[in-house]
Amino acid sequence: MSGFPILSLLTFLPLAGALFILTVRDDDPKIVARNARYTALWTSGINFLLSLYLWFHFEPGTADFQFVEKAEWMPVLGLSYHMGVDGISVLFVLLTTLLTPICILASWQAITERVKEYMISFLILETLMVGMFCALDMLVFYIFFEGVLIPMFLIIGIWGGPRRVYSAFKLFLYTLLGSVLMLLAMFAMYADAGTTDITKLLTHDFPISMQPWLFLAFFASFAVKVPMWPVHTWLPDAHVEAPTAGSVILAGVLLKFGGYGFLRFSLPMFPIASMDFTPLIYTLSIVAVVYTSLVALVQDDMKKLIAYSSVAHMGFVTIGAFTMTVQGLEGAIYVMLSHGVVSAALFLIVGVVYDRIHTREISAYGGLVHRMPAYALVFMLFMLASVGLPGTGGFVGEFLVLLGAFQVNTWVAAFAALGVILGAAYMLYLYRRVIFGELTKENLKKILDMSPREWAVFAPLVILTIWMGVYPASFLDFMHVSVENLMNHVEKAQAAAQMINVAGN
Amino acid sequence: MPLATVPDLIPVLPELFLALVLMALLMFGVFQKGGRKEIDVNTFRVISWMAVVALVLAPLLVLALSGGRLVGFGGLFVSDAFAVFCKVLVLVASAATLIMAQGFLERHDMARFEYPVLVVFATLGMLMMISANDLISLYLGLEMQSLSLYVIAAFRRDDTRSTEAGLKYFVLGALASGMFLYGASLIYGFAGTTNFDTLAQMFGHGGGHEAGLGVVFGIVFILAALAFKVSAVPFHMWTPDVYEGAPTPVTAFFAVAPKIAALALFIRVMVGPFGDLVAQWQQIVVFVSVASMVLGAFAAINQRNIKRLMAYSSIGHVGYALIGLAVGTQEGVRGILVYLAIYLFMNVGTFACILAMRRNGRMVEGIQELAGMGKTHPMLAAALTVFMFSMAGIPPLAGFFGKLYVFLAAIEAELYGLAVIGVLTSVVGAFYYLRIIRIMYFDDAVEPLDRPVEREIGVVATLSGLFIVLFFIVPGPLVTRAAEAAASLFAG
Repeated sequence: MSGFPILSLLTFLPLAGALFILTVRDDDPKIVARNARYTALWTSGINFLLSLYLWFHFEPGTADFQFVEKAEWMPVLGLSYHMGVDGISVLFVLLTTLLTPICILASWQAITERVKEYMISFLILETLMVGMFCALDMLVFYIFFEGVLIPMFLIIGIWGGPRRVYSAFKLFLYTLLGSVLMLLAMFAMYADAGTTDITKLLTHDFPISMQPWLFLAFFASFAVKVPMWPVHTWLPDAHVEAPTAGSVILAGVLLKFGGYGFLRFSLPMFPIASMDFTPLIYTLSIVAVVYTSLVALVQDDMKKLIAYSSVAHMGFVTIGAFTMTVQGLEGAIYVMLSHGVVSAALFLIVGVVYDRIHTREISAYGGLVHRMPAYALVFMLFMLASVGLPGTGGFVGEFLVLLGAFQVNTWVAAFAALGVILGAAYMLYLYRRVIFGELTKENLKKILDMSPREWAVFAPLVILTIWMGVYPASFLDFMHVSVENLMNHVEKAQAAAQMINVAGN
Repeated sequence: MPLATVPDLIPVLPELFLALVLMALLMFGVFQKGGRKEIDVNTFRVISWMAVVALVLAPLLVLALSGGRLVGFGGLFVSDAFAVFCKVLVLVASAATLIMAQGFLERHDMARFEYPVLVVFATLGMLMMISANDLISLYLGLEMQSLSLYVIAAFRRDDTRSTEAGLKYFVLGALASGMFLYGASLIYGFAGTTNFDTLAQMFGHGGGHEAGLGVVFGIVFILAALAFKVSAVPFHMWTPDVYEGAPTPVTAFFAVAPKIAALALFIRVMVGPFGDLVAQWQQIVVFVSVASMVLGAFAAINQRNIKRLMAYSSIGHVGYALIGLAVGTQEGVRGILVYLAIYLFMNVGTFACILAMRRNGRMVEGIQELAGMGKTHPMLAAALTVFMFSMAGIPPLAGFFGKLYVFLAAIEAELYGLAVIGVLTSVVGAFYYLRIIRIMYFDDAVEPLDRPVEREIGVVATLSGLFIVLFFIVPGPLVTRAAEAAASLFAG
């Protein structure tokens, strides 16, 4: 345990940066914009460097929460400001701090209006996302979880595409509807357990009669966030209309909220209900994997295609999480991490050509390889990572999930594997239409290859994708003990419940 | 036997102070040589600021009393932690709305000294309502408040909408007062007393009295009258019209001070004398609460006028607050008090923003007129955005914490249905709050609004905005105070 409040620093440093940008005033909007950009980049960059402290000092040999901080907050209810990370959450914190500076760099030229407000929104978003993964008090978790909606609503609504209003509202109301039910479930948990401290709730046994309701309420929130079929429809809309960096954060980090929530709350706290609802989760996930892959196959819009592929990948996450095997759980986390990197990169890739041609229609492109060889290479790498080619991050996670699923239910594994094949189909089809073929379109004949700034954006993601594919142990080691601990806890609870059942009969 | 017993005046010190200041101000105003506009405006300014000073000083006196439970005038009047909490809220509300009103009244040729005097009169009535410990003293406070409110609703005499609002409010308000009196007389007839403490004893455990049909009828009549005063469904019909018709600063005043006072009164009457008859009135309050939340959420969606929208929004908020009363526990009352405190700042802030909406010197009230405010008035738009997100109950803004305590109480009391309906309507409500943000930020500007914003309004909006944004850092003190206030109500 370290006495230095590193997690609070990581959480609130971006907020301090946002406040600093707020004080920037000048008559010339260009100077204001430049200052805002640099402040945001420096703040998030420093935040990333600070977060490396977690990477080097995290002790993977224990399932306990580390870097813990605790302070009184609302004594009347016994709420405290409690932060800490374990093997499940620590890598998500790093993912967040990595993607934020990349997003800011990616919107360097794409955002020209209200730059100041944009950068403030992004920094506040980072604060909320990091806080969400670190929170160890249920209510603090909820505040961060829900607070994300405010900057996201504004980012999509102000800087988004033509149907931005519709998309922003859909995102906001869908997620809010799910979350408020979760909030009530949290109150019920508080009424039962008398605490909102996650570390204590993890060891509290909730009555079996309560568990299904609590599970369903949390499910309402997380299923929307993941998103699971059939409540995924907000995602393609939000992705298509969001500015590039908004899509990146949405796919890279926000979608992980749901999967993380399942691992943090649903599975360990309601183990019996989780067991009972596993068939439901499997069914919805398989439908998501197969159906959204088919939908992705017929999309004309690049962003929409990638959005549907996200839904399919998240199907793997939920399958893996509910297999209750070491491989499945680690695979679920790994898919989330690699999807965070890969889908973020894919949205950035769309952003590169969108910034030049200002359309996302697949049919508007073709033959880009002749003008943009470097772009084609990077695109290919991430496309193959998304498909799950061995040697890329995408492979490890999907393989682990399939392995876990196969031990539990062969049919689930078979359908999920079908999803992998379909994934290869739609991604390769996309790649062929955009990159290969004759360069016939007039406006593409003068298109330029990637600029140094764009290289800087992609370089870390390229390295990370290959690293995750070639040597996954350096990431899996972080989570292994925590995952085993989670699994043992759930199995014990489920075994106890079965004993009661047997005795009752 | 002494010739005259001087009653113990300590509990009524704040009221006494306000009453004396009030008379002094009235005299001062009356004896000014009027007739010329500049002099009238000057008198108005002086009296208005003096009234604000009095309203700011009174809370200090109130807080000085914050010790224990003090009873005065033979049990007619009570001052406890609950009264202190609510009185401070009411006084802050009156002071803030009076400050905001000045510019508006001067611009619209309504700068007459009667306005601040009437506001203080109404406030005095509210303080008496909050401290009432008897149906009769309650009625006195209620009428003192209501009569002043009828007049200021119609303060813009040459405007038909304003006079219509005043008249409507008066007729329906009188009806409600009648119902209240009828209910009070039924209770007196069947219970033999109007004193809250005695009533509580009679119906309490060991009091030995069953609540007969007559008493229940009386409670129902009183409930209906109080529901009218807090504008809860189905007695809400006057609210949108009065909110829209009354001059905007008056609407701002209506939205906060009388609402808080009436809700405080509602709590005191239900929890105090009839606290042990929960079974008799809980269903009604649950119904009123659900109906208010649902109507507040759905009827506001199609509103085009921002004052009308705020009226429906306030109906919805009353519904949420009443959840706490429906629960009928100490946690529930704590929830309401936290809710009211936060509601006060949200509404004051929102109305400050509405009062700042002027184009070519005239007020604009259409929601669509806000288009593009994000560009033309970035600070004002940011403030209004904060208030709207807060009203929608999105964390980490203060509005979330208001809802949190109320819903927590409902869940603890196992009123799951009520809580679920509550959160679902809050999602519907979020839709229209978001619509305002959308218009300000996502739509393109029409003709820009006037600048600059008046200093007073800017200060009020900024302070409330800061409260709403920063509340989450130290929520402790307010919640602790509210918990103490709630406890004081249940102690006796």
